[in-house]
Amino acid sequence: MFTQQLMNGITVGGIYALIALGYTMVYGILKIVNFAHGDVFMMGMFLGMFFTQALGMHYLIAFPLAAAATAFVGICIERIAYRPIRVADKLAVLISALGVSIFLQNFAMLVWGTETHTFNSGIKVQTFRLGSVTLSNIQIGVIVLCCVLMVVLYLVVNKTKIGVAMRATSHSIVSAKLMGINTDKIISFTFGVGSVLACVAGILVGIYYDAVYPTIGYSYGLKAFAAAILGGIGSIPGAMLGGFVIGIVETFGAAYISSGYRDAFAFGILIIVLIFKPSGILGVKHVDKV
Amino acid sequence: MKFLNDPKKKKIAYLVLLVLLAVFPFVITNSYYLHVCISIGVYILLATSLNLVTGFAGQLSLGHAAFYGIGAYVGALLMLNFDVNFFLAMIASAVVSGLFGLLLGLPTLRLRGDYLAIVTLGFGEIVRLVFVNWAEVTRGPLGLPGIPSPSIFGFEISGRTAFYYLVIVLVLITLFVMSRIVNSGVGMAMQTVKIDEIAAESIGIYPIKYKLIAFVVAAAFAGIAGCYYASYIAYISPTTFVYNTSVTILAMVVLGGLGSIPGSIIGACILTLVPELLRFMSDYRMLIFGALMVFMMIFRPEGFWGASKRVKNIYKIKAGGAKNGSDSGDNQRHD
Repeated sequence: MFTQQLMNGITVGGIYALIALGYTMVYGILKIVNFAHGDVFMMGMFLGMFFTQALGMHYLIAFPLAAAATAFVGICIERIAYRPIRVADKLAVLISALGVSIFLQNFAMLVWGTETHTFNSGIKVQTFRLGSVTLSNIQIGVIVLCCVLMVVLYLVVNKTKIGVAMRATSHSIVSAKLMGINTDKIISFTFGVGSVLACVAGILVGIYYDAVYPTIGYSYGLKAFAAAILGGIGSIPGAMLGGFVIGIVETFGAAYISSGYRDAFAFGILIIVLIFKPSGILGVKHVDKV
Repeated sequence: MKFLNDPKKKKIAYLVLLVLLAVFPFVITNSYYLHVCISIGVYILLATSLNLVTGFAGQLSLGHAAFYGIGAYVGALLMLNFDVNFFLAMIASAVVSGLFGLLLGLPTLRLRGDYLAIVTLGFGEIVRLVFVNWAEVTRGPLGLPGIPSPSIFGFEISGRTAFYYLVIVLVLITLFVMSRIVNSGVGMAMQTVKIDEIAAESIGIYPIKYKLIAFVVAAAFAGIAGCYYASYIAYISPTTFVYNTSVTILAMVVLGGLGSIPGSIIGACILTLVPELLRFMSDYRMLIFGALMVFMMIFRPEGFWGASKRVKNIYKIKAGGAKNGSDSGDNQRHD
């Protein structure tokens, strides 16, 4: 029971972590919270479903196409809704993001309807028993893919030229510009990477739970945001850690205490951690200066 | 808006507005219009109270609907189970909501910006889950039906018109209290905290104290709005007090112009009216609403009644009659 719940928690946590990475990377660079990110995740899910079902593609072709399309959506959001007001008050960006979120949700409702769809990816579910633990091939796929993507992201950010540019931009946009970095391009790239990760998470959720509906981005977005904050927003390892912590805590809470309060455990642990460590688990403490 | 700078004319303008509001139900008897007006009234209560926290004390809160919900449930439960008079229940709602504001604010107001936003958001979600899951008291997702109408001295307030007048009275009281707070020393201290906490501390303003005052007062007024709403709709369920409601209230405050009471009123009117006006487009309604929010922020990031406008007004009042010509001409250009 315990190991089984732990595995379930890690699966859900990995998905939260993938979405949380999008929040944390955008925050790291622009210091804004991309409240539309949950809906980008939802769009990724629907696009994955659209390419496999409506266009009848094999999933190996459909999913990369869906990821590319989601990246395009993410880049367009930044270009249209955030770039013109990047210098304005942070709250203006927040409201703009909420507008984008309302727009995307209603767009999905118009195109695909408000009902719940099945995902039908063409991947067959198989279950394995390892001692007392039951695992499905999808669960293993989720965990492996999450870990691979995180390692890739870590390598991109820390070992490549564009990663250096990303880190420079997140330190200071102005100085990065002076060093000859095309910061607009880096910001677009960041939104693109975040959206690809959200799309992967969306497709994984679609396959794992086999249910797709337009408002799904809300609860996943909120919990992933909570995960990003819990780990210390702006920190990439923090988002991964936060995602797993939130996933495991809510799975255990639901299993051992009460399933009705599932989401309350996620937010409860967040509030408790922030009270004792206001900058999150791996966050850097900011010292204010006058 | 030049005439508003003359206090005498301002008073007359307010009086005219009041009379217009008072005769409104006699001119327009359509109950749908009255319902829209009442909704605007409730949202003005919520937006002006959130404005105290976000606009004046500078603390981003995404959980205002939780206090609204706590007020609604406390009021409804008292009226249903203990036959408490509406006005007593309203006071109880304000007190309980305020207490929850204090409870949430005490440990969390040390957090900065986005961290506070997510904590208040989490609080809102937890409160909603309690409404849903504490079925013995709240009847869970079924909600609480049959909440009685208010009565005062044996005279029952029922029907849209009576509720319309009640909300006007509540709005006036709220606006009066808010403007007194904002223009007092406490309000000035709040605005100092908003601009720079460390600088505020260095001149003897204890930031947490003023943030807490803003938080508790805002929560109490949201509680009042909740109690009124419960009695007006006569049925409450957890679906009203969700994250989306908090976001709508925040959008009203920001769209109207942060840190401005008239701004919050304008924001509440616009964000209630636009979705109603767009009803003829049915399916595309919210799609366009979302796009409008984005474009509004691109073209007027400071809101309808933004700071640039108001700061100039303050200068003009300070300059008095001695220096009116060039100043007002300058001002007109921006209006």
